[in-house]
Amino acid sequence: MEPLDLEHQESEIELAGEPMLLNVGPAHPAMHGTVRCVMELSGETIERVDVQVGYLHRGFEKMCERGTWTQVFPYVDRCNYISPMLNNVGFALACEKMLGIEVPARCAYYRIALGELARISDHLTCDGAMAMELGAFTPFLWMIKAREMIWDVMEEETGARLTHSFGRIGGMAKPPTAGFKETVRATVDQVLSVVDEVEQLLLGNRIFLDRLQNIGIISAEDAISLGWTGPCLRACGVPYDVRKSHPYGRYDEFDFEVPVGTTGDCFDRFMVRIAEIRQSASIIRQALEKLSDSGSVNVDDPRVVLPEKNEVYTTIEGTIRHFKIVMEGLKIPAGEVYSYTEGGNGELGFYLVSDGSGTPYRVRIRPPCFLVTAGLGKIITGAMMSDVVPCFGSLNMIGGECDR
Amino acid sequence: MSKALLDLVRAQFADSVLETHAQHGDETAVLNPQAWHKVATFLKTDPRAAMDMLVDLTAVDYPDSDPRFEIVAHFNSLTLGHRLRLKAKVGNSAGNEAQIASLADLWGSANWMEREVFDMFGVVFSGHPDLRRILMYPEFVGYPLRKDYPADRIQPLVPFRDVPNISKVAPFNQHEGMSFGRQVFDGQHGAAHGQGDDADLFPPETN
Repeated sequence: MEPLDLEHQESEIELAGEPMLLNVGPAHPAMHGTVRCVMELSGETIERVDVQVGYLHRGFEKMCERGTWTQVFPYVDRCNYISPMLNNVGFALACEKMLGIEVPARCAYYRIALGELARISDHLTCDGAMAMELGAFTPFLWMIKAREMIWDVMEEETGARLTHSFGRIGGMAKPPTAGFKETVRATVDQVLSVVDEVEQLLLGNRIFLDRLQNIGIISAEDAISLGWTGPCLRACGVPYDVRKSHPYGRYDEFDFEVPVGTTGDCFDRFMVRIAEIRQSASIIRQALEKLSDSGSVNVDDPRVVLPEKNEVYTTIEGTIRHFKIVMEGLKIPAGEVYSYTEGGNGELGFYLVSDGSGTPYRVRIRPPCFLVTAGLGKIITGAMMSDVVPCFGSLNMIGGECDR
Repeated sequence: MSKALLDLVRAQFADSVLETHAQHGDETAVLNPQAWHKVATFLKTDPRAAMDMLVDLTAVDYPDSDPRFEIVAHFNSLTLGHRLRLKAKVGNSAGNEAQIASLADLWGSANWMEREVFDMFGVVFSGHPDLRRILMYPEFVGYPLRKDYPADRIQPLVPFRDVPNISKVAPFNQHEGMSFGRQVFDGQHGAAHGQGDDADLFPPETN
């Protein structure tokens, strides 16, 4: 190693005149697998950036046009695969809006309880991954442990940890299991204690705070113009939550707050998610109070809901009804609808067009991640190279939903 | 969504609004595509509309009709809490001349969503700052969400791109890493030799 030339003035050092092109991703641990950023660096400052998505494009919308309406559920599961229950419910609500039916109260509360559990798992994943990418591996493991508890509940209820395909048009696949309420209450308590521990670990950590505070700031106007919704928008101080502003299901009966941030930096996005986990826990407890132990979780509508199995096997009417719904698909009247719910990352919209047959004519999912990721370039332009990691992590880009 | 707003748009742009409906409570105005940008500007700037968010922009393909594509945009006003859907029909039945004004100068969210519609349907947004494919790759041929694009079509693998000024290439050839997927098992020789394009990878044994 050459000795340091102390006589050399810093201003005299000749730096490269051309900006340096740096390619991060798509196979980069901090890019969550599927995003590529081509950055033009001047020193360590990002001068220009091109965010490229699409590496996980699987033709979701094209595939939906091939099967029946019910066969869309497995596909929406694979959009936001961290909180698939919210996608299931969102799609079911869109179809129900077109059919003009409303699910029974038991189903609505069941959907809310499961949906909020999914939201907690979404936020735990995002905050945990954010901490891990900044070098704090322990909180990540703790949060993933808490997420496992939630997924155990999901497995108990739906039979699948991740891709449940549990929603149905006009209800749910199965009623709650006998031990649902007890299990969920115990799980939520455990999850909240993990969140408390993680907060103690991280919020006293100078390195963690310095990496997040005042990094990746976006103004409320810019965020709204970019179509940001969900925790990322609320971190800018805009209290827009679909559950409050347009209560779907039975969210208007619930008492909860919409946490907002102040500066719109990465730290606010982190804290908004932590606060939302607590709000979701409160919603879950209220939903369990309201959830009755008996009654159907499906609407009483033979056009939409499959008959009971013993009816299918013993009566000709039941067999025909089952056959018609499974083979032809249930018929949704011709028309178009836009139905929107609060997904894990913001407004999850479904724009459906039906031609009256059993097959969707067009299924458009309005992915909150896609628009949030569209803003990534804006918040990291002018930032330092090392800030890309917390900025990207705080947006909670889910490849399946962004690229579809 | 808001009925009063729909009436306002209809009154303001009487000659541009072709039809309106409010199916399932979603107020909708079908516009003449020439007025697309003008109406959108009104929605953004007029205090009675105050549409600060372009929520969604997509298209629907009706291959049997002319014009063929329906551009669908959903707007939301966070301040006034109402919504509106605008639609416009563009493109001839062959899928050409599908062109409409870009809204990217009004809302930032239009940038990527218009790129996606261009990518999936081939609708050109005039005035868009950066109109290129977003979910598909540049070499992709066709527009996958058009109804006449077969869902099971397979396009050839893309050879290594020639990038100017970059001398480094990936240290493997284009067949490597996928050969096992292309082998044919004939049951007699165990793993037999490849066929077709990959025959050169597996030269026949000389015995």
